[in-house]
Amino acid sequence: MPRLPGGRGMSLIAAEHLCVRFGGEEVLHDISLRVDPGEIVTIIGPNGSGKSTLLRALLGILPPAEGRVARAPGLRIGYVPQRLHIDRSMPMTALRFLSLPAHQPRNRALAALARCGVAEAAHRQMTDLSGGQLQRVLLARALLTDPALLILDEPTQGLDQPGEAAFYRLIEEVRRDTGAAVLMVSHDLHVVMSASDRVICLNGHICCEGTPRVVSNAPEYRALFGLGTQGALALYQHAHDHDHTHDHAHAHGPDLWHDRAKGHDHA
Amino acid sequence: MLDDFLVRAGLAGVGLALATGPLGCFVVWRRMAYFGDATAHAAILGVALALATGLPVGLGTLVVALAMAVTVATLAARGWAMDTTLGVLAHSALAFGLVAISFVPGARTDLSAYLFGDILAVSRADLGFIWGGAAAVLGLLAWRWQALLTSTVNEDLAHASGLHPDRERLILTLALALVVAVALKVVGALLIAAMLIIPAAAARGLSRSPETMAAIAALIGAGASLGGLQLSLGWDTPAGPSIIAAAAVIFTGSALFGTLRRPGR
Repeated sequence: MPRLPGGRGMSLIAAEHLCVRFGGEEVLHDISLRVDPGEIVTIIGPNGSGKSTLLRALLGILPPAEGRVARAPGLRIGYVPQRLHIDRSMPMTALRFLSLPAHQPRNRALAALARCGVAEAAHRQMTDLSGGQLQRVLLARALLTDPALLILDEPTQGLDQPGEAAFYRLIEEVRRDTGAAVLMVSHDLHVVMSASDRVICLNGHICCEGTPRVVSNAPEYRALFGLGTQGALALYQHAHDHDHTHDHAHAHGPDLWHDRAKGHDHA
Repeated sequence: MLDDFLVRAGLAGVGLALATGPLGCFVVWRRMAYFGDATAHAAILGVALALATGLPVGLGTLVVALAMAVTVATLAARGWAMDTTLGVLAHSALAFGLVAISFVPGARTDLSAYLFGDILAVSRADLGFIWGGAAAVLGLLAWRWQALLTSTVNEDLAHASGLHPDRERLILTLALALVVAVALKVVGALLIAAMLIIPAAAARGLSRSPETMAAIAALIGAGASLGGLQLSLGWDTPAGPSIIAAAAVIFTGSALFGTLRRPGR
């Protein structure tokens, strides 16, 4: 993988004119983006917009058809996949899972679990954990590599709203404590607007990019997400423009969004 | 000691079980049961090829099993519907093998030995082949253990950790072909997959980590081999099927034990 050239800023990872194709079909077109140390960047976009594909290309799992991905020299990445399905036929405690593939000293692994609030999961089977516990164990494993960049693919999928909020609080704490940058895919407008430094709106290409406020006012964003949810968006804007104490008003925007997201998932 | 055919048979069974236990765990974890079947059935074609060309049977089996395993793995990687593809390949391999072997003079009489094994006729040379092959499989698995486990849990996770899941899959494919060649003499082409799956499945309920499951599966396989031989001696039953029957009895016991221990499930 090419390294980021020196003297061109401090980015951890950058995509330059990246294109990804599946069997002749272009899934990602001309993507250029970079993630700087310590920032939280969120990628949003409708289903099928290539969000997971983009993360997989950045991780080097998918080869680019054109363009390239450049990483800072020696960059350590912690990755939390969208969902982890361990077959029930495989016995595996959370503690054992943390030692894959590199062996971890027991104390260090236990400390990582405690840091992520799942100390009690250490000796339980992975297949017996709840969705929230599993996500926290995955995060603990990602943190064990001392990453400078955390990449999370819809980490709160399947969690209820309190679980989701708690998980994102944990990610912000991790960023604060370790200084790791975070690049994540999210369905959740609420989180995007409250917890991200930058938002990238994706639909095969980058529609718009910027601070949450800039993006939410961009016509491209509204064309993608605003259709049919004018009321919710207005309510959301209203809440956002004031401050963060209007929890009730805040809660409505994401609710509506969630209904849409769930509708997609059933399809 | 090796002059006693029973001792040789016991050692052959135990040697095979040491390899099929851990490898069988991967077959179970990765849901490769049918994959194992297709590779094992291809062994008959390998026997026909070896007999026709004068190559050693072990080598012919190994080559054809490897070709089949690589074919299946390649088709899987290209996104073929695996259930159907494997069904077609597994049964076609067996059918073509049986047809091919009928052209080889004199082989028809030995057919049941290739289908169901002939463990009581294991020679010293066979024993060397079985233990050598089993050691190679165990060595491969031990060498790649952590990478294999990570790839089995999640390929993206493995990739993000700098591993190559494709390479690990190839290692398992190679190990599977080796085991097929080794197991042919012991349990026969039709029951190789059983020797992979049943001990591993029986070990699942008794294990809390992948490592204990692999070890217990090897122990269960060894126990089934010795038990099956006893059965075969005492009741004059065919040895290969008796070994699998013993493994199935152990599996049933393990499943019952698991149900009793966890009444909630």
